[in-house]
Order: sequence, then C-alpha cells, then structure tokens
Amino acid sequence: MNYDRILIRYGEISTKGRNRKKFVDKLRKSVRIALAPFPMIKIRAERDRMYVLVNGENVQEIIKSLKNIFGIQSLSPAIRVERDLEQMKEAALSLVRSLYKGGQTFKISPKRSDKSFELDTAGINHTFGGHILENIPGIKVDVKNPDINLKIEVLSEAIYMSCENILGAGGLPVGSSGKAMLMLSGGIDSPVAGYLTMKRGVEIEAVHFFSPPYTSERSKEKVIDLAKKLAEIFGSMKLHIVPFTAIQQSIKEQIPENYSMTTTRRFMLRITDEIRKKQEGLAIITGDNLGQVASQTLESMYAINDVTNTPILRPLLTMDKNDIIKIAKDIDTYDISIRPFEDCCTIFVPSSPKTKPKKEKVQHYESFFDFETLIQEAVQGTEVLTIRPDSKEQPSEFEGLF
Amino acid sequence: MIYFDNSATTRPYNEVLDSFVKVSSEFFGNPSSLHGLGMQAEKLLTQARTQVANLLAVKPTEIYFTSGGTESNNLAIKGTAMLHKNKGKHLILSSVEHPSVREAMEQLQRLGFDITYLPADQNGRVLVDDVKASIKKETILVSVMHVNNEVGTIQPIAEIGKLLKLYPTTLFHVDAVQAVGKVPLNLIENGVDLCSFSAHKFHGLKGTGALFIREGARLNPLLSGGNQEWKIRSGTENVAGAVAMAKALRMTMVKSELGIEKMKRVKSLLREGLSRIDDLTINTPPENSAPHILNFSIKGVKAEVLIHTLEQKGIYLSTTSACSSKKQLPSQTLLAMGVPDDLADSAFRISLSYGNTEDEAEKVLVAIEEGANQLRKVMK
Repeated sequence: MNYDRILIRYGEISTKGRNRKKFVDKLRKSVRIALAPFPMIKIRAERDRMYVLVNGENVQEIIKSLKNIFGIQSLSPAIRVERDLEQMKEAALSLVRSLYKGGQTFKISPKRSDKSFELDTAGINHTFGGHILENIPGIKVDVKNPDINLKIEVLSEAIYMSCENILGAGGLPVGSSGKAMLMLSGGIDSPVAGYLTMKRGVEIEAVHFFSPPYTSERSKEKVIDLAKKLAEIFGSMKLHIVPFTAIQQSIKEQIPENYSMTTTRRFMLRITDEIRKKQEGLAIITGDNLGQVASQTLESMYAINDVTNTPILRPLLTMDKNDIIKIAKDIDTYDISIRPFEDCCTIFVPSSPKTKPKKEKVQHYESFFDFETLIQEAVQGTEVLTIRPDSKEQPSEFEGLF
Repeated sequence: MIYFDNSATTRPYNEVLDSFVKVSSEFFGNPSSLHGLGMQAEKLLTQARTQVANLLAVKPTEIYFTSGGTESNNLAIKGTAMLHKNKGKHLILSSVEHPSVREAMEQLQRLGFDITYLPADQNGRVLVDDVKASIKKETILVSVMHVNNEVGTIQPIAEIGKLLKLYPTTLFHVDAVQAVGKVPLNLIENGVDLCSFSAHKFHGLKGTGALFIREGARLNPLLSGGNQEWKIRSGTENVAGAVAMAKALRMTMVKSELGIEKMKRVKSLLREGLSRIDDLTINTPPENSAPHILNFSIKGVKAEVLIHTLEQKGIYLSTTSACSSKKQLPSQTLLAMGVPDDLADSAFRISLSYGNTEDEAEKVLVAIEEGANQLRKVMK
C-alpha cells in the first residue's frame, strides 16, 4: 500500500492562541510555494495539523521539500483508511511489511480521539498486533525500543496510519513575525544571520552595497546567488542594490583613514534604515559577531548604532565562527560565500582601523561635509531585484544551449 | 548508410553542434577573465557542470572536465598513483581494460609500481573473489571498466564497490565510457570514487569528457599550469565543448529508456540471425552484456576483408575496437576470455545507438551472410 498523504504537525504554532489562524495561513502559503513543482498535490489545513494529499506525486521528494519549511515540527507519511476492521488490518499489515527487514521489532501506538470507535486502545493493540504477528514470520514486539512504530489514530472522520516520524525544521512560518531588512555582504555571516531570523518567522528583504568599478559584477553575482539560496525559504525575496561608489569616494577624501570604516558602516546603516522605512520593515538584521574584526567591538557597534534607534538584530552576536560556518554549510551558502571576489567592505578597508572609535569624534568628522545629499541620492538610485530560487524555471540568456 | 560502429564514435546530435557553434562564436570569453565576457563563459561552464552532475546524480564539485576518456583514465590512475605512492604502490586492473587504462598502468609498472591483472572468465567478466584475493595492504587503486568496449560484457561494479567499501584507503576507478546511456550506474550508492566519461560516445563531440572525483577523494594533477578545474586539470576550459557535452548527455538520458529497449530488440534480432550463419561464433555473452554491443567471429573469414566488402554496401562495423583494429592485433579481451587465436583474429564488432532499426539489422544480416559465403569461396 502506498502513502496517500503527509501529515504535518505544527509545533510552536499550537501555542499561539488567537493568532493561530494567521500562523496556519502563513504556513500553508510556505507549503504551497515549496511544493509548487508537484502540481497534483492538495493541501488541507486544519486547526491542529495540515495534510498534503499526494495524488500520485513522489512522496520522498515532497518530504525533502517539506523538511526545509519553517513552522513544521514534524511530519509523517500516512494512509487514510475507512472505519472498517478488515480494511484497517490489511492497511496496517502492508505498511509494516513495506518497512520490515529481517529480525526487526515493532509496536503499535494507538490514539483514540474518537471514543465511539468499537475497539479501545488495548483492543486496537491486540487486533492489529496479532494480525501482523500472524502474517509476518520472524517479527517480534518490543514496546520500549521498536524498529517500527505503527501509529494508528482514530479520528471521527477516518483512521490514519503512519510508521515514520520525520523531524521538521522547527521555527515559525516565514512572514508570521513581520518584516526586516538584512544587510547582505558577500561574506559567510550575513546569509546565516538572515536564515536564522527567517526561522523565527521574519520575512526579510536584503540590502547590498555595490561600488563599481571598485567591486566587480562578479561580486554582485555572488550576492544574487546568496539571495537565491535564501529565497528558497519563501519562494522569492527582494534584493536592494545600493550604488555606493560616490559615498565611499567622499569618505576617503573627508574622513581620517582610521575612522573611515566607522563612517562607512554608519552610512550603510543610515541607508538601510531609509529603505526599511519605505518598505515598512520593523528591524535591521546584520551578521555582526562580537570581536571578529575591528568593526565588531562593542565600542564600534556603539558608535555605528548611533545613527538610528530602529532595532538592530544580530543573531550571530554570541556564536563561535565554527558554528556559523557549520550552519552556512548546512544551508548551502558557504561555497558561494568563499568565492574570492572583493566586496565594498574589503576594498576600502583602512590599514589600521580604530578598534575603539568614539561616537563624538566620528560625528565631528562627518559634520564638515554634506553627506546627507549623497545618502538620499544612493537611496533614490537603489535598484530593486526580485530574486527567485534557482530551481524555479527562470528565463536564461543561454536559452536553448543546454 | 547503415552505421553500426557506435562504440568507436557516434554522430553528434545536430542540436549539440548548434550549441557548440553558438557558444564558440558568441560566448568565446575565457572563464578566468575578469570582464563580462569572461563572466558569461564562466556561467556557461558552471551551468554545464551542474547539468552533467545532476544527470549523473552527483555534486557539481565532483565533475572535472577533461579532453575525453583517455585523459580521464590517465588522470584517475596516474593522479592517484602520484599522490598516494607513499601509502602503497600496488594497483589492480582487469585484464579486459581499455588500452588507456592498461598502458597507463604498465607505464607505472616501469616506474616501480606493482600491478595485478584480474583474470576474466569465458564471458569476459571478472570475479569479485579475485578482487578480494588480490587486495593487499599497499593497494591504492582498483580499476574495472563498467562495460567492455570489445564484447560488451558488464562488470560486477556494484559487488566490487561493496567489497571496496571495506578498504577505505583503496580507491575504486570505473571506466564508464561505453556505459553512458546504455547501462545506468549509480556512482554514489556503488562506492565509485573515480569515473571516466567521454562525450563522443553519446553524440557529443570528440575532445570532451569528464572525470568524476568523489568528494573527499584526492589525486595529483597531470597537467601543470593555470590551475583550472580546482587545480586538477590546468588549461583554458573548453566551454563550448562542455556545454555541448551537457546537452548531449541530457538528450541521451531523456531518450535512454525507449532507446535501450529499442537497442535490445535490434540486438536480439541480430543475435538470432547471426547464430544461423555457418561457422559463426558469437563472443558476446547472452547474460550481463550491454544492449548495444555484439561481437562475433567467422571461422575462415579474414575480418578486414569482410569489413571492406560490407563497406561497399554502405554498412559500417568494425573489427574489435577502433583503437586496436589498425594495429591488426587480436582482441585482448577475446584472448583473455580464452577464445582461440584464429577466432580472436577474425572478430567483428557491431555497436548500436538509439537510432538504429530492426530494418537495418535485417539488411546487415543478409549482407554478412552473403559476404561470408562469397569470401569463403575465394579464400579456400
């Protein structure tokens, strides 16, 4: 017998009380986007769980896609059976048989939500356990540590049977916690920061600073490729590309070298904040990690953060570099991040940046020049791209060659 | 024209040629160049690599483009030997390998490596037990082809791969040049570490191929230079060739299910027809052989003469492999199988592609019978 549906358990959503409906809707949307390559499936969202009706599509491939969706605690491929003891026995047997390998053990975990069902839990154990023992030679019962755990759920509308419980990605459905701007460089950290924030349900738009000709088209490609990876989570993502050359050149002329990096970061934050206002976001996410480089000392963060009181989320702040790299590898951004192209931060980096910049000093240096106009121009000139994941068919300039 | 020599080479698909011409003329940049033209070429190369990897169910970082089967085999064998010679200097190969494997090994033997030939049974197949018995502590590589190029025998790759999983310091190289599109092989599940491919055997272009190097397996480059292909294969990348190869592989894989069935039908018709011809022995085993190769000998008929007789009728097939037929040496594979010298000397190879038909097979059968009878009269 083949699985005909996949049961999705919500996890944290269940605790959200009155907001639950909104959460379930967001999750349903995520599921629909992720399963777009499977046109035959149907999604049925209920209060406590969601079902994906497989309708002949590939169950394993669907499970693979579902495992990456935030807001899913766990999932199980299952079959639906009518309330008919003979039918149920057959289904239970064929399900266990399809997984059984010589010498394995099993148990039955009944859940009887509908108390009007003719058998009680002991009766279910007895009836179906007995049927399986009779028909699969060599199989044994082990209630503590079974190889196969056959779950039989008796609900009022039907009976569901499943044997596997697959862990989901956890977290909250994307978009259920509002929107924030991610400052996306080309490095290892910022995509991970974006990913972790999305995991808590935040929808993100990325902002990248681009300084041609000091940085090349390839570094822009790299950021677009990173954005494509992040876009897999929500189906699409906006990427704002800010023209930054003029500002960087002015900083180089106006600001003492050891303070240039602090000012650069302040202006990036200013511009991101302006874009955030336009896009109605509520926070800014960075890949800052305490103490990694000069700009990431507490003194530095204090001087940079001075330009806004918008919440700055720094999900990597306390993490070790190795842990960040591990996540980057898990989400497939690491190999893109280590491509060797300059980004706007590395190319103008002063030889000895101040590790303990003073807020008052940087304010003083910036006061001699009208940066405000340049900042507004950069915001005006920002190019907005809608990035879709690679797997979705995109018109290619190489159409027909492959 | 009836072309029955597809193991020598195949005719490139027109679509493949179109891609090659278009990439060569419009996207001619060097992928290493910093400017936009270079970037376009790099993107094309990346897309070609990804497509090849997806079709072979491996990772893009495991595909290294080369100039073809011979280079891939040499790189796999000598590259492994050079890097791992301090772990051991023992190499194992089957006695029915292609010359690019055999000669590479023998060259290493002259440099002080120790090599062991696995015997083949009367069907040209190696036995897993022989592999097991040949492995020593110093064995760094086992090389066994997937499909033999001369008689079409399929080697027990899955079983050997399973065995070699027990020997983590021994790499497993498979020459899959003749297998692509004819006999599917899952590289990862079967524990293959290195695998050679050649595009012109599946309607791509000559001078293009690839080596699969499993993630974690390491070898030395043979060519020193600009460190392309992650330092494993220097030399400006053949972008147009790689794109053409990716397309040829896709088209081949798409057609393979129906194509294989069709080749099986043509082959069984040929086998049946040939078996009715006097003094004709079929050397290709009925079991465990690829759907596209049929090798046979006709007692008392000089192979070369019959090849030319058939050619006059527009029929193209070959004496054994194209590589050794010009040297007029008897087939190494047939000798290893224990076929007597005179029969090995008069061996023919028919090799099919998806485009060949049962109708063509009927015509070829008639032509072979007529030709053989005629020649026998003259030569007696």
